[in-house]
Amino acid sequence: MGRIRAVFEDFGGQVLFAGETLAWAVRPPFRLELLLHQAAAIGVGSTFIVAVTGLFSGMVLALQGNYAMRQFGAEGYVGGFVAISLVRELGPVFTALMVTGRSGSAITTELGTMRVTEQIDAMESMAVNPVHYLVVPRVVAATLMMPILSVVFSAMGYLGGYLIGVYVSLIPPGPYLDHTKSMLDVPDMTHGLSKAVMFGAVVSLIATYRGYSASGGARGVGDATTQAVVWSSVAILVVDYLLTFISIG
Amino acid sequence: MIRISGLSKAFGDKEVLRGISLDVEEGTTFVVLGASGSGKTVLLKHVIGLLKPDAGTVHVDGMEISALSGRALTEARRVFGMVFQGAALFDSMTVFDNVAFPVRERERRIPHDELLARVIESLRVVDLGEDVLDEWPSQLSGGMRKRVSLARALVANPKIVLYDEPTTGLDPITTNSVDSMIDQAKHRRGVTSMVISHDIASAFRVADRLAVLYDGRIAAQGTPEEVRRSDDPYVQRFLSLWFEKQ
Repeated sequence: MGRIRAVFEDFGGQVLFAGETLAWAVRPPFRLELLLHQAAAIGVGSTFIVAVTGLFSGMVLALQGNYAMRQFGAEGYVGGFVAISLVRELGPVFTALMVTGRSGSAITTELGTMRVTEQIDAMESMAVNPVHYLVVPRVVAATLMMPILSVVFSAMGYLGGYLIGVYVSLIPPGPYLDHTKSMLDVPDMTHGLSKAVMFGAVVSLIATYRGYSASGGARGVGDATTQAVVWSSVAILVVDYLLTFISIG
Repeated sequence: MIRISGLSKAFGDKEVLRGISLDVEEGTTFVVLGASGSGKTVLLKHVIGLLKPDAGTVHVDGMEISALSGRALTEARRVFGMVFQGAALFDSMTVFDNVAFPVRERERRIPHDELLARVIESLRVVDLGEDVLDEWPSQLSGGMRKRVSLARALVANPKIVLYDEPTTGLDPITTNSVDSMIDQAKHRRGVTSMVISHDIASAFRVADRLAVLYDGRIAAQGTPEEVRRSDDPYVQRFLSLWFEKQ
């Protein structure tokens, strides 16, 4: 019973923290230099790993798609299948999982260390709100960078799928590209991008909250980082389901 | 300048502070002495509004800090500078950026030359030169970190400086120099200081008034001489070891 209560209290704390972050995000001063620094750390820093994962995900999709569709003589549809899978689903989800592992954990560790070494208290004592200074730039940067990274993932994935589909599975390039054009529509792209925006906000809010509320020295920071990665991963899949249900339910 | 009335705080079942009342006069140094775990740091965190009391009030410069929250509390903290036990320097910033931080945040359009001059002046007060400006906190010794922390606390010209165990873990020479810095801050800049410490020698050197905290209550309070003559058994026991050494 106590454990269930703790989970609800924890969730309540997270929701209040998100509200506080939102409230501070619209208040001046707007620290553009901190935002750009975080955008570089989260966005530029994750580009390579997201691109590589995207490339191989697309290659696997093309192989699996060809294997399944060949049985119905529908190999030409592999291009559309790869594109839709990447843009609507795998791009945003895999990108969010990669950013969680790379940047989310780093954010939690950094803020957690600042918390247990009283650096956050020091900031408060200097009349600077730590949510405004530390949390807002990270959350805004992640929310802005996630859709861009998701586009990188999908583009690299489509390239990988094309290379495998056309040069390994020997699907003619004409039908491959034509079916992509006919099957992939603007709403698919907006659906994928809106998911990525949502994942960026969710992942960064969980990572910052875990770090911000860390306690108990180095071990506490380690526990906070583990929780941030686990809860972010779960939240990505839950939010993914909800958004997909709302979209096509 | 600081008035604490009937302050109580518990964490779960553990009562840490039980009805603390004390006054800190403007331009004076008030030291709260006590053994480890006596609630000194908790008391200090109430003064700057990092913790909320279960009962009682904290007034600072006419404002009831304990009743403020959000933006109002952030604004109210502008009267403070604080030196933390572990220095609490931002480890992702150089010494210059650490000391410049409070000024940059308050005067966002300050020219770089003026900011640099203020940082150098503040470092000079704590006997540090320009050679440390580009150092990282991890490259500094414990004593130097404390000095940089004090320079950061003083740079925005606060009315009140709070010190959390400023001499803990320092050698006697550095301890002496930290004591001098606390005195210099009072005499050169007229700041009001509240020092939390278990270092009896240092406390008696810098205090205008002091209080001894025991088991969440104030066992004795007054001028150093008044506290020395207190007939409270705990205060006698706490001070006796040091006085015997003297």
